[in-house]
Amino acid sequence: MLSVKNLHAAINDKEILRGIDLEVRAGEVHAIMGPNGSGKSTLAQLLAGREGYQVTAGTVRYLEQDLLAMAPEARARAGVFLAFQYPVEIPGVSNALFLKTALNSIRKQRGLPELDAMDFLQLLRDKMKLLGMDETLLPRAVNEGFSGGEKKRNEVLQMAVLEPKLAILDETDSGLDIDALKLVADGVNGMRAADRAIVLVTHYQRLLNFIVPDVVHVLSQGRIVKSGGAELALELEQRGYGWVEAENATRKAA
Amino acid sequence: MNVQIESWDNMALARVPQCLAGRAVPWLSRARQLAFERFAAHGLPTRREEEWKYTDVGAIGKRASLAPDNIPPDPSFEARLFAWTLAQENVHLMVFVNGHYSSELSAPGELPPGARLDSLADLLDGTADLPETLFDEQHEHTIFAALNNALATDGAVLNLAAGAVLEKPLYLLFVASGHGSAIYPRNILIAGEGARATVIEHYFGMLDAHNFTNALTQISLAAHADLQHCKLLQEGKDAFHVAGIHAEQAAGSRFVSHSFALGGRLARNDIGARLGGPDSQCSLDGLYLLEGKQHVDHHTRIDHLAPSGTSREYYRGILDGESHGVFSGKVVVHPHAVKTDAHQSNRNLLLSQKAEVDTKPQLEIFADDVKCTHGATVGKLDDDSLFYLCSRGIDAALARSLLIYGFANDIIGRVEVASMRERIEHLVLDRLPQGEQIKELL
Repeated sequence: MLSVKNLHAAINDKEILRGIDLEVRAGEVHAIMGPNGSGKSTLAQLLAGREGYQVTAGTVRYLEQDLLAMAPEARARAGVFLAFQYPVEIPGVSNALFLKTALNSIRKQRGLPELDAMDFLQLLRDKMKLLGMDETLLPRAVNEGFSGGEKKRNEVLQMAVLEPKLAILDETDSGLDIDALKLVADGVNGMRAADRAIVLVTHYQRLLNFIVPDVVHVLSQGRIVKSGGAELALELEQRGYGWVEAENATRKAA
Repeated sequence: MNVQIESWDNMALARVPQCLAGRAVPWLSRARQLAFERFAAHGLPTRREEEWKYTDVGAIGKRASLAPDNIPPDPSFEARLFAWTLAQENVHLMVFVNGHYSSELSAPGELPPGARLDSLADLLDGTADLPETLFDEQHEHTIFAALNNALATDGAVLNLAAGAVLEKPLYLLFVASGHGSAIYPRNILIAGEGARATVIEHYFGMLDAHNFTNALTQISLAAHADLQHCKLLQEGKDAFHVAGIHAEQAAGSRFVSHSFALGGRLARNDIGARLGGPDSQCSLDGLYLLEGKQHVDHHTRIDHLAPSGTSREYYRGILDGESHGVFSGKVVVHPHAVKTDAHQSNRNLLLSQKAEVDTKPQLEIFADDVKCTHGATVGKLDDDSLFYLCSRGIDAALARSLLIYGFANDIIGRVEVASMRERIEHLVLDRLPQGEQIKELL
């Protein structure tokens, strides 16, 4: 579904990604782990189409399309979704209006009829209930005055409503207490499907206790330095990122 | 020191009050004459005056006439239709055509006990005793108000006795009809102790009417009175509009003012509140949404004269094309006004390179133990917000309109009357490129 080859990218001429190779197939859950500054969030944002990055080499194919050539809204309509690490506040625009606008934009692209107000509200209520979200968040402005946990859950709510093919969750676990983490994990697990891929970008292993990945990648200094199964995350938890970096340095030296 | 070369004739203008309402009332004739003399001596303001630094009203001086109509023209079909629509709403409706009350189009309905609603012209020509200070120099916050004192034709006079409550809003619709008329509305809103009302002033001009409106609204709130005032400026694209709204507040009273400036070529609103009694509150909000060569200037002034007053002021501007917005907000905390709590903010969104805004917040504090803050910003649409919306599949043009709508909606949402809120929301959406699409989603 997603094929990243030798991706190099820079911000203001500072190279952040230095040759990423990543293959994600439909039905898989991948975790990308790594220390702060390793390039995890850059990769996530770049895949969603954020401006300000210069891609200096490499390709990104998504469902046989050149992802990097597509505008952010085109990527979203083609099924790419990014749960933001820092969700943006949109004053004056209610959460309900925002979600309805987004959903109808995507349904239109998929050739589906727009949902009427009643059906839409019902859909939202069902999904919010699953995530343990208060309905009073609907008439409120998007993310404005939301707690950290509410913002993160709101991201997962958007994912649940928009039903993407490729969902990238950037540090969605940060700022969540254990109960909220479980609800969010249940929400994500509920979306695992044969025709959907999920990429979890995370610093900590904690989330992976609840969402067990098929593949774990370790990102360091702009490269994926190690990949493995779910057990790799546990090993990282015990031995720290220093272990992988040291091992990698040794390998490079040899 | 008449600095402008006015093409109209001061001599002729001086005789106009002889044709206006109240011409048989000696004190009024005298007051009008003195007011006219003050205007004639000063002339139109120029940009050399600090209060008019950013707003050039020279174009008003080039008009053929500043004299109001004696007999208003027939209102257009569009105006009639709109008045009829409003009459079906749950409001007390008074319609003025070019500054003259139209009983035909109005539907004041039944008023609750203790409430009186009249047309000013009726009162001036009738036997009612009006205070002789009504047209005094003290009401002339600008020289345009002096001209209004001299030439005011008509307006609404709402008088609420102590405890009277107007549940339905009083809707004052000022229609500008015909071509090039000068229009001088004068409204007087008096709320007795504990009285409560909502008043809407809607200036509705035809697209092609290049009229000049010079309006003045005087508001007096007794102790614990509560008045919400909402002004909607929807004049034609060539219209000039100058207006004053001034409230005097006694102890524990609350004055809420909203000013929405959407239409008109050149507009200036002077809005003021004097918190004369302790524990009074005032809240001044405004939104100017400009395009083309529109110029809109809001000058506000809040005087805290007594202890423990609270004032809040939120003004926002959205400027496109080559439009020019001006915000000057003065908050004066006088020596006895301890424990004043004042907050003011003016935020502006520039949508084009050529749009311009001048913002001038001013705090003057002469008392101790006060809490006063103010802030002003001028910026563009936020890239992070645009990316967030686009990343959800919303196309860039719709995302832009949605953000502009949201920026405006924070101010529109402060209006308590739901029908008015929706009317303004729709007018704003009508101006946005993807507004129709947003309307369907709401």
